[in-house]
Amino acid sequence: MNYHWNWGIFFEPNPMGTGNYLDMLLSGLWLTLKTGFLAWIIALVTGSIVGVMRTLPSKAASWFGFAYVEFFRNMPLLVQLFLWFFVLPELLPRSAGLWLKQLPNAPFWTAAIGIGLFMSARVAVQLQAGISSLPRGQRQAATALGLTTLQVYRYVLLPMAFRIILPPLTSEFLNTIKNTAVAITIGLLELTGEARSMQEFSFQVFEAFTAATLLYLLINAIVVTAMRFLERRVAIPGYISGK
Amino acid sequence: MFVNFDFDVIRRALPYLFYEGMTFTIMLTGLSALGGLVFGTLIALMRLSGYRLLGRVAGLYVDFMRSLPLVLVIFWFYFLVPYIGQWLTGSSRPIKVGAFASSLITFVMFEAAYFSEIMRAGIQSISRGQPAAAQALGLNYWQTMRYVVLPQAFRNMLPVLLTQTIVLFQDTSLVYVLSITDFLGAASKVAQRDGRLVEMYLFAALVYFVICCIASFGVRQLQSRIAVLR
Repeated sequence: MNYHWNWGIFFEPNPMGTGNYLDMLLSGLWLTLKTGFLAWIIALVTGSIVGVMRTLPSKAASWFGFAYVEFFRNMPLLVQLFLWFFVLPELLPRSAGLWLKQLPNAPFWTAAIGIGLFMSARVAVQLQAGISSLPRGQRQAATALGLTTLQVYRYVLLPMAFRIILPPLTSEFLNTIKNTAVAITIGLLELTGEARSMQEFSFQVFEAFTAATLLYLLINAIVVTAMRFLERRVAIPGYISGK
Repeated sequence: MFVNFDFDVIRRALPYLFYEGMTFTIMLTGLSALGGLVFGTLIALMRLSGYRLLGRVAGLYVDFMRSLPLVLVIFWFYFLVPYIGQWLTGSSRPIKVGAFASSLITFVMFEAAYFSEIMRAGIQSISRGQPAAAQALGLNYWQTMRYVVLPQAFRNMLPVLLTQTIVLFQDTSLVYVLSITDFLGAASKVAQRDGRLVEMYLFAALVYFVICCIASFGVRQLQSRIAVLR
Protein backbone atom coordinates (compact mmCIF):
# COMPACT_ATOMS: atom_id res chain seq x y z
CA MET A 1 0.00 0.00 0.00
CA ASN A 2 1.62 3.24 -1.07
CA TYR A 3 -0.34 5.33 1.40
CA HIS A 4 1.71 7.79 3.36
CA TRP A 5 0.92 7.17 7.03
CA ASN A 6 1.43 10.00 9.46
CA TRP A 7 -0.01 9.38 12.91
CA GLY A 8 1.62 12.54 14.20
CA ILE A 9 -0.93 14.51 12.21
CA PHE A 10 -3.23 14.78 15.22
CA PHE A 11 -0.77 17.07 16.94
CA GLU A 12 -0.18 19.36 14.00
CA PRO A 13 -2.07 22.66 14.02
CA ASN A 14 -5.30 22.71 12.01
CA PRO A 15 -5.90 25.37 9.35
CA MET A 16 -8.81 26.82 11.31
CA GLY A 17 -6.44 28.10 13.97
CA THR A 18 -8.36 26.34 16.74
CA GLY A 19 -5.49 24.24 18.06
CA ASN A 20 -4.41 20.97 16.52
CA TYR A 21 -6.35 18.35 14.56
CA LEU A 22 -7.12 16.40 17.71
CA ASP A 23 -8.93 19.43 19.14
CA MET A 24 -11.00 19.53 15.97
CA LEU A 25 -12.09 15.91 16.40
CA LEU A 26 -12.81 16.40 20.08
CA SER A 27 -15.02 19.41 19.39
CA GLY A 28 -16.84 17.19 16.89
CA LEU A 29 -17.23 14.54 19.57
CA TRP A 30 -18.68 17.11 21.96
CA LEU A 31 -21.18 18.26 19.33
CA THR A 32 -22.15 14.65 18.56
CA LEU A 33 -22.85 14.04 22.24
CA LYS A 34 -24.75 17.31 22.66
CA THR A 35 -26.93 16.72 19.61
CA GLY A 36 -27.43 13.06 20.52
CA PHE A 37 -28.54 13.82 24.08
CA LEU A 38 -30.94 16.59 23.12
CA ALA A 39 -32.40 14.44 20.34
CA TRP A 40 -32.77 11.54 22.75
CA ILE A 41 -34.64 13.65 25.29
CA ILE A 42 -37.03 14.82 22.56
CA ALA A 43 -37.40 11.25 21.28
CA LEU A 44 -38.07 9.87 24.75
CA VAL A 45 -40.66 12.48 25.76
CA THR A 46 -42.53 12.63 22.44
CA GLY A 47 -42.20 8.91 21.86
CA SER A 48 -43.60 8.10 25.29
CA ILE A 49 -46.62 10.32 24.75
CA VAL A 50 -47.33 8.83 21.34
CA GLY A 51 -46.66 5.29 22.56
CA VAL A 52 -49.16 5.75 25.38
CA MET A 53 -51.70 7.23 22.95
CA ARG A 54 -51.49 4.11 20.82
CA THR A 55 -52.58 1.98 23.78
CA LEU A 56 -55.41 4.24 24.98
CA PRO A 57 -58.98 2.98 24.57
CA SER A 58 -59.86 6.17 22.64
CA LYS A 59 -60.10 5.47 18.89
CA ALA A 60 -58.95 8.98 17.97
CA ALA A 61 -55.87 8.82 20.18
CA SER A 62 -54.71 5.47 18.85
CA TRP A 63 -55.38 6.59 15.29
CA PHE A 64 -53.28 9.68 15.85
CA GLY A 65 -50.51 7.56 17.31
CA PHE A 66 -50.65 5.24 14.31
CA ALA A 67 -50.51 8.12 11.81
CA TYR A 68 -47.65 9.79 13.71
CA VAL A 69 -45.55 6.64 13.71
CA GLU A 70 -46.20 5.91 10.04
CA PHE A 71 -45.36 9.47 9.10
CA PHE A 72 -41.99 9.53 10.79
CA ARG A 73 -41.02 5.95 10.02
CA ASN A 74 -41.67 5.91 6.30
CA MET A 75 -39.29 8.64 5.23
CA PRO A 76 -35.51 8.48 5.28
CA LEU A 77 -33.98 10.53 8.08
CA LEU A 78 -31.99 12.51 5.53
CA VAL A 79 -35.17 13.56 3.72
CA GLN A 80 -36.78 14.57 7.02
CA LEU A 81 -33.80 16.72 7.91
CA PHE A 82 -34.01 18.39 4.49
CA LEU A 83 -37.71 19.05 5.05
CA TRP A 84 -37.03 20.71 8.40
CA PHE A 85 -33.99 22.60 7.21
CA PHE A 86 -34.78 23.69 3.65
CA VAL A 87 -38.54 23.36 3.21
CA LEU A 88 -40.12 24.40 6.51
CA PRO A 89 -38.77 28.00 6.53
CA GLU A 90 -40.19 28.51 3.02
CA LEU A 91 -43.65 27.27 3.93
CA LEU A 92 -43.99 29.44 7.02
CA PRO A 93 -45.12 33.07 6.77
CA ARG A 94 -42.26 35.24 5.55
CA SER A 95 -41.23 36.74 8.87
CA ALA A 96 -41.28 33.43 10.73
CA GLY A 97 -39.32 31.77 7.93
CA LEU A 98 -36.74 34.52 7.97
CA TRP A 99 -36.39 34.21 11.72
CA LEU A 100 -35.85 30.46 11.41
CA LYS A 101 -33.22 30.87 8.72
CA GLN A 102 -31.29 33.44 10.73
CA LEU A 103 -31.33 31.39 13.91
CA PRO A 104 -27.78 30.94 15.20
CA ASN A 105 -26.76 27.27 15.27
CA ALA A 106 -29.63 26.39 12.95
CA PRO A 107 -28.04 23.04 11.91
CA PHE A 108 -27.71 22.03 15.56
CA TRP A 109 -31.34 22.75 16.46
CA THR A 110 -32.65 21.27 13.23
CA ALA A 111 -30.60 18.11 13.73
CA ALA A 112 -31.63 17.69 17.36
CA ILE A 113 -35.33 18.22 16.68
CA GLY A 114 -35.35 16.31 13.38
CA ILE A 115 -33.49 13.29 14.73
CA GLY A 116 -35.49 13.48 17.96
CA LEU A 117 -38.82 13.28 16.12
CA PHE A 118 -37.50 10.58 13.79
CA MET A 119 -36.44 8.46 16.75
CA SER A 120 -39.61 9.25 18.72
CA ALA A 121 -41.60 7.07 16.32
CA ARG A 122 -39.30 4.17 17.15
CA VAL A 123 -39.54 4.82 20.88
CA ALA A 124 -43.33 4.93 20.55
CA VAL A 125 -43.41 1.51 18.89
CA GLN A 126 -41.17 0.03 21.59
CA LEU A 127 -43.25 1.51 24.39
CA GLN A 128 -46.47 0.32 22.83
CA ALA A 129 -45.02 -3.18 22.60
CA GLY A 130 -43.89 -2.94 26.22
CA ILE A 131 -47.31 -1.83 27.47
CA SER A 132 -49.17 -4.47 25.49
CA SER A 133 -46.80 -7.17 26.74
CA LEU A 134 -48.10 -6.59 30.28
CA PRO A 135 -50.78 -9.00 31.47
CA ARG A 136 -54.26 -7.59 30.94
CA GLY A 137 -54.97 -8.07 34.65
CA GLN A 138 -52.63 -5.24 35.61
CA ARG A 139 -54.69 -2.58 33.90
CA GLN A 140 -57.93 -4.17 35.12
CA ALA A 141 -56.72 -4.43 38.70
CA ALA A 142 -55.55 -0.83 38.68
CA THR A 143 -58.90 0.33 37.32
CA ALA A 144 -60.73 -1.79 39.89
CA LEU A 145 -58.75 -0.04 42.64
CA GLY A 146 -60.32 3.20 41.45
CA LEU A 147 -57.28 4.74 39.75
CA THR A 148 -57.96 7.16 36.95
CA THR A 149 -56.49 6.43 33.51
CA LEU A 150 -53.66 8.84 34.19
CA GLN A 151 -52.89 7.12 37.49
CA VAL A 152 -53.10 3.67 35.89
CA TYR A 153 -50.34 4.66 33.48
CA ARG A 154 -48.32 6.64 35.99
CA TYR A 155 -48.25 4.11 38.81
CA VAL A 156 -48.87 0.72 37.20
CA LEU A 157 -48.30 0.36 33.49
CA LEU A 158 -45.44 2.73 32.66
CA PRO A 159 -43.05 1.76 35.48
CA MET A 160 -43.32 -1.86 34.33
CA ALA A 161 -43.29 -1.17 30.61
CA PHE A 162 -40.20 1.07 30.72
CA ARG A 163 -38.28 -1.57 32.65
CA ILE A 164 -39.23 -4.24 30.13
CA ILE A 165 -38.16 -2.19 27.12
CA LEU A 166 -34.91 -0.94 28.65
CA PRO A 167 -32.66 -3.18 26.47
CA PRO A 168 -34.25 -2.13 23.14
CA LEU A 169 -34.26 1.48 24.37
CA THR A 170 -30.51 1.22 24.87
CA SER A 171 -30.02 0.37 21.22
CA GLU A 172 -32.40 3.14 20.19
CA PHE A 173 -30.30 5.55 22.25
CA LEU A 174 -27.18 4.34 20.45
CA ASN A 175 -28.99 4.72 17.13
CA THR A 176 -29.83 8.30 18.06
CA ILE A 177 -26.17 9.09 18.67
CA LYS A 178 -25.14 7.34 15.44
CA ASN A 179 -27.85 9.15 13.48
CA THR A 180 -26.37 12.52 14.39
CA ALA A 181 -23.81 11.74 11.67
CA VAL A 182 -26.56 12.25 9.09
CA ALA A 183 -26.64 15.92 10.10
CA ILE A 184 -23.33 16.35 8.26
CA THR A 185 -25.59 16.95 5.23
CA ILE A 186 -27.06 20.10 6.74
CA GLY A 187 -23.66 21.37 7.76
CA LEU A 188 -23.40 20.21 11.34
CA LEU A 189 -19.73 19.62 12.12
CA GLU A 190 -20.14 16.68 14.47
CA LEU A 191 -17.60 13.88 14.80
CA THR A 192 -17.98 12.41 11.30
CA GLY A 193 -18.07 15.92 9.84
CA GLU A 194 -14.89 16.94 11.63
CA ALA A 195 -13.16 13.73 10.53
CA ARG A 196 -14.23 14.48 6.98
CA SER A 197 -12.91 18.04 7.07
CA MET A 198 -9.70 16.87 8.71
CA GLN A 199 -9.34 14.47 5.77
CA GLU A 200 -9.93 17.30 3.32
CA PHE A 201 -7.39 19.61 4.93
CA SER A 202 -4.65 17.13 5.72
CA PHE A 203 -5.20 14.33 3.16
CA GLN A 204 -4.65 11.85 6.00
CA VAL A 205 -7.84 9.91 5.26
CA PHE A 206 -7.30 6.80 7.28
CA GLU A 207 -5.85 8.44 10.37
CA ALA A 208 -8.85 10.78 10.56
CA PHE A 209 -11.44 8.04 10.12
CA THR A 210 -9.60 5.67 12.47
CA ALA A 211 -9.74 8.29 15.20
CA ALA A 212 -13.44 8.93 14.58
CA THR A 213 -14.11 5.18 14.60
CA LEU A 214 -12.33 4.73 17.91
CA LEU A 215 -14.28 7.61 19.44
CA TYR A 216 -17.60 6.09 18.29
CA LEU A 217 -16.58 2.72 19.74
CA LEU A 218 -15.74 4.49 22.99
CA ILE A 219 -19.17 6.19 23.12
CA ASN A 220 -20.82 2.82 22.49
CA ALA A 221 -18.85 1.08 25.21
CA ILE A 222 -19.68 3.78 27.76
CA VAL A 223 -23.40 3.84 26.92
CA VAL A 224 -23.71 0.05 26.97
CA THR A 225 -21.93 -0.19 30.33
CA ALA A 226 -24.03 2.58 31.85
CA MET A 227 -27.27 1.03 30.62
CA ARG A 228 -26.30 -2.43 31.95
CA PHE A 229 -25.78 -0.79 35.31
CA LEU A 230 -29.16 0.95 35.07
CA GLU A 231 -30.84 -2.31 34.05
CA ARG A 232 -29.46 -4.04 37.13
CA ARG A 233 -30.51 -1.15 39.35
CA VAL A 234 -34.14 -1.11 38.24
CA ALA A 235 -34.60 -4.86 37.67
CA ILE A 236 -37.86 -6.21 39.09
CA PRO A 237 -37.51 -9.09 41.55
CA GLY A 238 -39.18 -12.22 40.21
CA TYR A 239 -38.46 -11.44 36.56
CA ILE A 240 -35.68 -13.21 34.65
CA SER A 241 -33.50 -10.13 34.84
CA GLY A 242 -34.38 -9.48 38.48
CA LYS A 243 -32.61 -10.61 41.61
CA MET B 1 -47.85 29.35 1.20
CA PHE B 2 -48.33 27.18 -1.89
CA VAL B 3 -48.99 30.05 -4.32
CA ASN B 4 -45.56 29.77 -5.86
CA PHE B 5 -45.66 26.00 -5.93
CA ASP B 6 -44.37 24.91 -9.32
CA PHE B 7 -45.71 21.50 -10.31
CA ASP B 8 -44.15 21.80 -13.72
CA VAL B 9 -40.61 21.58 -12.38
CA ILE B 10 -41.49 18.20 -10.90
CA ARG B 11 -43.14 17.02 -14.12
CA ARG B 12 -40.13 17.99 -16.19
CA ALA B 13 -37.74 16.25 -13.81
CA LEU B 14 -39.75 13.02 -13.63
CA PRO B 15 -37.80 11.04 -16.27
CA TYR B 16 -34.48 12.03 -14.70
CA LEU B 17 -35.69 11.30 -11.17
CA PHE B 18 -37.00 7.85 -11.96
CA TYR B 19 -34.81 6.55 -14.82
CA GLU B 20 -31.57 7.75 -13.29
CA GLY B 21 -32.29 8.16 -9.61
CA MET B 22 -34.84 5.57 -8.68
CA THR B 23 -33.17 2.90 -10.83
CA PHE B 24 -29.95 3.46 -8.91
CA THR B 25 -31.74 3.38 -5.55
CA ILE B 26 -33.69 0.20 -6.34
CA MET B 27 -30.68 -1.59 -7.83
CA LEU B 28 -28.54 -0.65 -4.85
CA THR B 29 -31.25 -1.73 -2.40
CA GLY B 30 -31.92 -5.05 -4.12
CA LEU B 31 -28.31 -6.09 -4.63
CA SER B 32 -27.27 -4.94 -1.15
CA ALA B 33 -30.12 -6.88 0.44
CA LEU B 34 -29.13 -9.99 -1.52
CA GLY B 35 -25.43 -9.64 -0.75
CA GLY B 36 -26.13 -8.68 2.86
CA LEU B 37 -28.33 -11.74 3.26
CA VAL B 38 -25.69 -14.11 1.86
CA PHE B 39 -22.84 -12.68 3.94
CA GLY B 40 -25.11 -12.20 6.92
CA THR B 41 -26.11 -15.87 6.84
CA LEU B 42 -22.46 -16.90 6.62
CA ILE B 43 -21.62 -14.67 9.61
CA ALA B 44 -24.55 -16.11 11.56
CA LEU B 45 -23.35 -19.65 10.77
CA MET B 46 -19.85 -18.67 11.93
CA ARG B 47 -21.23 -17.37 15.21
CA LEU B 48 -23.24 -20.52 15.80
CA SER B 49 -20.57 -22.91 14.50
CA GLY B 50 -19.23 -23.84 17.92
CA TYR B 51 -15.67 -22.93 16.97
CA ARG B 52 -14.60 -20.35 19.54
CA LEU B 53 -12.30 -18.36 17.28
CA LEU B 54 -14.68 -18.27 14.31
CA GLY B 55 -17.55 -17.16 16.53
CA ARG B 56 -15.38 -14.51 18.16
CA VAL B 57 -14.30 -13.02 14.82
CA ALA B 58 -17.88 -12.94 13.52
CA GLY B 59 -19.15 -11.41 16.76
CA LEU B 60 -16.49 -8.72 16.71
CA TYR B 61 -17.32 -7.85 13.12
CA VAL B 62 -21.02 -7.51 13.88
CA ASP B 63 -20.49 -5.42 17.02
CA PHE B 64 -17.96 -3.23 15.24
CA MET B 65 -20.21 -2.49 12.27
CA ARG B 66 -23.20 -1.88 14.47
CA SER B 67 -21.44 0.70 16.60
CA LEU B 68 -20.52 2.94 13.66
CA PRO B 69 -22.78 5.44 11.91
CA LEU B 70 -23.56 4.46 8.32
CA VAL B 71 -22.27 7.81 7.05
CA LEU B 72 -18.84 7.13 8.50
CA VAL B 73 -18.82 3.60 7.02
CA ILE B 74 -19.74 5.05 3.62
CA PHE B 75 -16.75 7.41 3.84
CA TRP B 76 -14.48 4.60 5.03
CA PHE B 77 -15.25 2.33 2.11
CA TYR B 78 -15.24 5.13 -0.41
CA PHE B 79 -11.60 5.82 0.43
CA LEU B 80 -10.57 2.28 1.35
CA VAL B 81 -11.96 0.25 -1.56
CA PRO B 82 -9.46 1.62 -4.15
CA TYR B 83 -6.59 0.53 -1.88
CA ILE B 84 -8.12 -2.89 -1.27
CA GLY B 85 -8.53 -3.25 -5.04
CA GLN B 86 -4.91 -2.33 -5.51
CA TRP B 87 -3.87 -4.91 -2.96
CA LEU B 88 -6.04 -7.60 -4.53
CA THR B 89 -4.95 -7.00 -8.11
CA GLY B 90 -1.35 -6.20 -7.25
CA SER B 91 -1.36 -3.04 -9.37
CA SER B 92 1.00 -0.19 -8.61
CA ARG B 93 -1.66 2.47 -8.03
CA PRO B 94 -4.97 2.49 -6.13
CA ILE B 95 -7.56 1.33 -8.67
CA LYS B 96 -10.56 3.45 -9.69
CA VAL B 97 -13.86 2.15 -8.38
CA GLY B 98 -17.16 3.47 -9.70
CA ALA B 99 -19.75 5.13 -7.46
CA PHE B 100 -22.14 2.21 -7.76
CA ALA B 101 -19.57 -0.49 -6.99
CA SER B 102 -18.23 1.49 -4.03
CA SER B 103 -21.63 2.03 -2.45
CA LEU B 104 -22.68 -1.55 -3.18
CA ILE B 105 -19.64 -2.91 -1.32
CA THR B 106 -20.34 -0.52 1.56
CA PHE B 107 -23.97 -1.51 1.94
CA VAL B 108 -23.31 -5.25 1.56
CA MET B 109 -20.65 -5.16 4.28
CA PHE B 110 -22.76 -2.92 6.54
CA GLU B 111 -26.05 -4.73 6.12
CA ALA B 112 -24.38 -8.15 6.53
CA ALA B 113 -23.94 -7.26 10.21
CA TYR B 114 -27.65 -6.47 10.62
CA PHE B 115 -28.92 -9.38 8.50
CA SER B 116 -26.66 -11.77 10.41
CA GLU B 117 -28.37 -10.88 13.68
CA ILE B 118 -31.76 -11.58 12.12
CA MET B 119 -30.62 -14.88 10.63
CA ARG B 120 -29.01 -15.85 13.92
CA ALA B 121 -32.32 -15.37 15.68
CA GLY B 122 -34.01 -17.34 12.90
CA ILE B 123 -31.60 -20.26 13.15
CA GLN B 124 -31.85 -20.30 16.92
CA SER B 125 -35.63 -20.45 16.72
CA ILE B 126 -35.46 -23.85 14.96
CA SER B 127 -36.02 -26.65 17.44
CA ARG B 128 -33.00 -28.76 18.27
CA GLY B 129 -34.69 -31.92 17.00
CA GLN B 130 -34.52 -30.71 13.41
CA PRO B 131 -30.73 -30.70 12.90
CA ALA B 132 -30.51 -33.82 15.08
CA ALA B 133 -32.99 -35.62 12.82
CA ALA B 134 -31.15 -34.39 9.73
CA GLN B 135 -27.91 -35.79 11.10
CA ALA B 136 -29.57 -39.07 11.93
CA LEU B 137 -30.62 -39.26 8.28
CA GLY B 138 -26.95 -39.04 7.35
CA LEU B 139 -26.85 -35.44 6.10
CA ASN B 140 -23.58 -33.60 6.67
CA TYR B 141 -23.34 -30.09 8.16
CA TRP B 142 -23.81 -28.21 4.89
CA GLN B 143 -26.68 -30.44 3.78
CA THR B 144 -28.37 -30.01 7.15
CA MET B 145 -28.12 -26.25 6.80
CA ARG B 146 -29.06 -26.15 3.13
CA TYR B 147 -32.06 -28.47 3.21
CA VAL B 148 -33.36 -28.34 6.78
CA VAL B 149 -32.35 -25.40 8.95
CA LEU B 150 -31.87 -22.41 6.64
CA PRO B 151 -35.11 -22.75 4.61
CA GLN B 152 -37.14 -22.72 7.81
CA ALA B 153 -35.10 -19.97 9.43
CA PHE B 154 -35.44 -17.87 6.31
CA ARG B 155 -39.19 -18.38 6.12
CA ASN B 156 -39.72 -17.58 9.80
CA MET B 157 -37.64 -14.43 9.53
CA LEU B 158 -39.00 -13.25 6.18
CA PRO B 159 -41.09 -10.38 7.62
CA VAL B 160 -38.14 -9.11 9.68
CA LEU B 161 -35.79 -9.44 6.71
CA LEU B 162 -38.19 -7.46 4.55
CA THR B 163 -38.59 -4.78 7.22
CA GLN B 164 -34.81 -4.47 7.37
CA THR B 165 -34.82 -4.14 3.57
CA ILE B 166 -37.24 -1.21 3.86
CA VAL B 167 -34.84 0.40 6.33
CA LEU B 168 -32.05 -0.29 3.85
CA PHE B 169 -34.08 1.32 1.08
CA GLN B 170 -34.33 4.47 3.20
CA ASP B 171 -30.67 4.31 4.19
CA THR B 172 -29.44 4.19 0.59
CA SER B 173 -30.39 7.89 0.46
CA LEU B 174 -27.25 8.52 2.53
CA VAL B 175 -25.04 8.00 -0.55
CA TYR B 176 -25.98 11.68 -0.94
CA VAL B 177 -22.81 12.43 1.04
CA LEU B 178 -20.77 11.16 -1.93
CA SER B 179 -22.81 13.28 -4.39
CA ILE B 180 -24.10 10.14 -6.09
CA THR B 181 -27.24 10.42 -8.20
CA ASP B 182 -29.64 8.15 -6.36
CA PHE B 183 -33.28 9.20 -6.10
CA LEU B 184 -32.67 11.84 -3.46
CA GLY B 185 -29.43 12.88 -5.14
CA ALA B 186 -31.27 13.42 -8.42
CA ALA B 187 -34.00 15.40 -6.66
CA SER B 188 -31.44 17.53 -4.90
CA LYS B 189 -29.51 18.20 -8.13
CA VAL B 190 -32.65 19.44 -9.87
CA ALA B 191 -33.62 21.39 -6.75
CA GLN B 192 -30.32 23.23 -6.68
CA ARG B 193 -30.16 23.76 -10.45
CA ASP B 194 -33.65 25.26 -10.65
CA GLY B 195 -33.74 26.81 -7.20
CA ARG B 196 -36.83 24.74 -6.37
CA LEU B 197 -35.91 23.15 -3.05
CA VAL B 198 -39.44 23.13 -1.67
CA GLU B 199 -41.03 21.33 -4.61
CA MET B 200 -38.30 18.77 -5.13
CA TYR B 201 -37.76 17.82 -1.48
CA LEU B 202 -41.48 17.60 -0.77
CA PHE B 203 -41.92 15.42 -3.84
CA ALA B 204 -38.97 13.18 -2.85
CA ALA B 205 -40.41 12.84 0.64
CA LEU B 206 -43.80 11.93 -0.78
CA VAL B 207 -42.33 9.27 -3.09
CA TYR B 208 -40.32 7.67 -0.28
CA PHE B 209 -43.34 7.84 1.99
CA VAL B 210 -45.68 6.15 -0.48
CA ILE B 211 -43.22 3.39 -1.39
CA CYS B 212 -42.36 2.62 2.23
CA CYS B 213 -46.03 2.72 3.30
CA ILE B 214 -47.02 0.24 0.61
CA ALA B 215 -44.03 -1.98 1.36
CA SER B 216 -44.63 -2.05 5.11
CA PHE B 217 -48.33 -2.68 4.54
CA GLY B 218 -47.32 -5.66 2.38
CA VAL B 219 -45.00 -6.93 5.08
CA ARG B 220 -47.80 -6.70 7.63
CA GLN B 221 -50.12 -8.67 5.34
CA LEU B 222 -47.44 -11.31 4.86
CA GLN B 223 -46.88 -11.49 8.58
CA SER B 224 -50.53 -12.15 9.32
CA ARG B 225 -50.66 -14.81 6.60
CA ILE B 226 -47.64 -16.59 7.99
CA ALA B 227 -49.10 -16.32 11.48
CA VAL B 228 -52.28 -18.04 10.31
CA LEU B 229 -50.35 -20.82 8.61
CA ARG B 230 -48.64 -21.85 11.82
